[in-house]
Amino acid sequence: MRPSWWKFAFTLAAGAGISLLTSGCGEEIRVFQPAGPVARSELELIWLQMGLTAVVIIPVILLLAWIVIRYRNKPGNRAPYQPEFAESRTLEIVWWAIPIVIVGILGTVTWHKTYALAQSPNPSKEPLKIEVMSLNWKWLFFYPDQKIATVNYAEIPTDRPVEFLLTANAPMNAFWVPNLGGMEYTMPGMVTSLWLQADKAGEYYGHGGNFTGPGFAQMQFRVVAKPQSDFDAWVRQVANSAPDMTKADYDKLTQPSVLGELSFSSYPEGIFEQTVMDEGGMYMDHDRAMLGNMMPHS
Amino acid sequence: MGDSLTNTAGHFFVTGDPMIIASDVAIVLVSLGIVFTLTYFKKWKWLWREWLTTVDHKKIAIMYLISAILMLFRGGVDALLMRTQLALPNMKLLSAEHYDQIFTTHGTIMILFMAMPFIFAMFNAVVPLQIGARDVAFPYLNAISFWLFFFGALLFNISFVIGGSPDAGWTSYPPLTELQFDPGVGENYYLLALSISGIGTIATGINFLATIIKMRAPGMTLMKMPLFTWAVLGTCIIILFVFPVLSVALALLLIDRLFGAHFFTMMYGGNPMQFVNLFWIWGHPEVYIAVLPAFGIYSEVVSTFSQKKIFGYKSMVASIMAISIIGNLTWVHHFFTMGAGPAVNTFFSITTMAVAIPTGVKVFNWLMTMYRGRITLSLPMMWVLAFIPNFALAGATGVWLAEAPTDYQYHNSYFTVAHFHQALIGGVVYGMLAGMYYWWPKMFGFKLKEKFGKWAFWFFNIGFYVCFIPQYVLGLMGMQRRMYTYTPDMHWTALNFVSTIGAYLMGIGFLCIAAQIIHSLVHMEKDLTGDPWGGRTLEWSLPSPPPHYNFAVIPQVSDRDEWWERKRRGEQDALKPRPEDIRNVHMPKNSGVPFLMGVCFFIAGFGFTFGWIAVGAAGLLGVLVCLAHRSLDQHPDHDIPADEIRRTEAALGRL
Repeated sequence: MRPSWWKFAFTLAAGAGISLLTSGCGEEIRVFQPAGPVARSELELIWLQMGLTAVVIIPVILLLAWIVIRYRNKPGNRAPYQPEFAESRTLEIVWWAIPIVIVGILGTVTWHKTYALAQSPNPSKEPLKIEVMSLNWKWLFFYPDQKIATVNYAEIPTDRPVEFLLTANAPMNAFWVPNLGGMEYTMPGMVTSLWLQADKAGEYYGHGGNFTGPGFAQMQFRVVAKPQSDFDAWVRQVANSAPDMTKADYDKLTQPSVLGELSFSSYPEGIFEQTVMDEGGMYMDHDRAMLGNMMPHS
Repeated sequence: MGDSLTNTAGHFFVTGDPMIIASDVAIVLVSLGIVFTLTYFKKWKWLWREWLTTVDHKKIAIMYLISAILMLFRGGVDALLMRTQLALPNMKLLSAEHYDQIFTTHGTIMILFMAMPFIFAMFNAVVPLQIGARDVAFPYLNAISFWLFFFGALLFNISFVIGGSPDAGWTSYPPLTELQFDPGVGENYYLLALSISGIGTIATGINFLATIIKMRAPGMTLMKMPLFTWAVLGTCIIILFVFPVLSVALALLLIDRLFGAHFFTMMYGGNPMQFVNLFWIWGHPEVYIAVLPAFGIYSEVVSTFSQKKIFGYKSMVASIMAISIIGNLTWVHHFFTMGAGPAVNTFFSITTMAVAIPTGVKVFNWLMTMYRGRITLSLPMMWVLAFIPNFALAGATGVWLAEAPTDYQYHNSYFTVAHFHQALIGGVVYGMLAGMYYWWPKMFGFKLKEKFGKWAFWFFNIGFYVCFIPQYVLGLMGMQRRMYTYTPDMHWTALNFVSTIGAYLMGIGFLCIAAQIIHSLVHMEKDLTGDPWGGRTLEWSLPSPPPHYNFAVIPQVSDRDEWWERKRRGEQDALKPRPEDIRNVHMPKNSGVPFLMGVCFFIAGFGFTFGWIAVGAAGLLGVLVCLAHRSLDQHPDHDIPADEIRRTEAALGRL
């Protein structure tokens, strides 16, 4: 066990980490490839937290290596030995203070961003509303203003905030499109909201984020971002050529199965709100307030 | 007739999977082998007398340790199966259902049935010796704790051959775990096994709290206690706060499943989010329960092998207590994405990051303990040195995960998986291994040879980084946890393959530890001094292993590192008993009742799992009989005559 072994181990670990991060798969590290303001804002915080924690981690590792090499118990080691050196107020204050300062900075930024992410990323623009329902084991998207619905893929206009209203008609899942931003749970009987926006046109990978049984691994979907005019054209095309969704179609979708992508030119009025109510929302004041006047007459 | 019998058996015994059939065969063969060996060597009586009925904390520690190592093996096999399934896209080794069961049992076993018994092994082996006590405060209850853990673990482990394992994740969130989506007995196994062993855990928490508060040797004030004992004290406080919460959450879900209540169902006003809250009110402090004893071990080991006083003792104590308090205020960070609103998320982000402050202080204090010391690179010390960079990284990623805005991206991805494995392996498992190597001579009376231990260390450490660093990146690439397969077009193949290689390296590391233990058993090198490392605290003043009453005469303590100070002043003999000071010693009697109570709980658990209320009630009745028996016992203890103790001590060469 020579000290060079330690150097070797650390070099190996650090080298492996760096080479992984810089290897050819950069394009595929989706969290580092933000396609909109929400993901970008989250990535800024990732860089900040990495930098600030490195301020502690790197010195700790270097200090450890230096101490172990210098104070090894071997014959002829001339380094000072002070078995009673066990207190130093100054040093203690220093390292109580360092983490407090770092947590203070990160806490302030977190506070600011957490509030910002709960709002529209661009309040001056009229948002697009999409109602999302996770089912076993597929994603169902309703466009309340366009009156169309899709399964396992959603199209959105670029440069326009999108508010996803999320619920589930199955066990709790989570809606996640890493290129556009972080996730939010979809829960039966609850409506949660997630603001995202795409600046870049493209196709983005999305997947369920919370385990819901055997078909969970297949719960992926696409989010396609395209300029507003192309988006409008797509809406017209679906409205004119796709089949209607009947109540029977909807009921069939709620049965456990794994499906490909589907499009519907219409869907039963109020089905999203009705599902929220039926799956437990009727017991929650919060839901009733959130759905407000969208509620069908019951 | 024959058909219906096969059908019933088919529902009862899990069949049809070659791997499970192989396990069945292995279980039967091993059981037969054990029975044969015990009968052939006429060891049944010995087993009952010396082990099954013991109330001695040192023997209970050994049983905990053996259980923990066995469970580490079982959980590790689960892990390797999962990593093999994920090594390449579209692998067909495991079906979705089988994979779901395996990640559920892996998580549950590693946390509840591996980490917990491992820390309890250390509690039992060390705390009474460190504080100069003859046993824990309630030795009989201590035995009950062990057997409840043991039979809880047994109940959980038979699930994969009888009736089917739970398959909804170790977090067991409803509504996925409600009857509507998860019929069958698997989830009942989970709920009952955890409930039974949870009772034992709460009892252990009470037991060691009372032991540390009431049973310290004269002169050992709180601020003269060894840091491991302080860490155990902090741990027990957390156990008492949070384990009852888990018991309640499990009980409510069980009532939902067995009796059709609606605490956590989607319908009829049930609220699944309530379970998630209750679960994590226990679940997050649970990781501090697991890691605080490890911190205590690091403090002992660093101090001993640097031949130096621990640096910043008061800070170390303050940080243990701070962690045990702040740890109870962080649970919401497990569901920042539940839409609780920015105020709640911000609050819990900051409380969670605050845990990093005392933890950071501890790391610096360990470094300063080594500074200007004389560092011996023995096996326990190597694990500590490996822990520091590892845990520094785990702590950093913990801070990253604690911030709600970035947690939205990390949550439930492989990034999170990598983080908590780094914290639980790099923190808890390394600590427990360091503790095992450190106190092994004290527990067993012989040393572990370093040869295979060094191999184990390097395989396990290098394997760790190779396994988990790629998983951080996979998380950032969008890979979700709990996916049984993925497609090649995701570009996740290379990193998953590397990660699998790392997992196998860790598996080899584990086998090296097993080889090391066997090698050391065969080439026994007895520890005749009782103090093989140049220890600093009271346990090293005793012979290895100590006599069953520990201290013939309870020592008088005047310093923090009592044994070290005595050696420095050349007063080792002052801690040896003088014949005229030896009095009769009052010790608890052995009892078979704790074991029988465990059996009764097992029967009850098994009955309720299958919904056989009569069997379950019979088991609980048996528990009541055991409790009554204890209440009516007039003489649960006995006196060891002073003469016998003098003879024992003389034989140990201490008079």
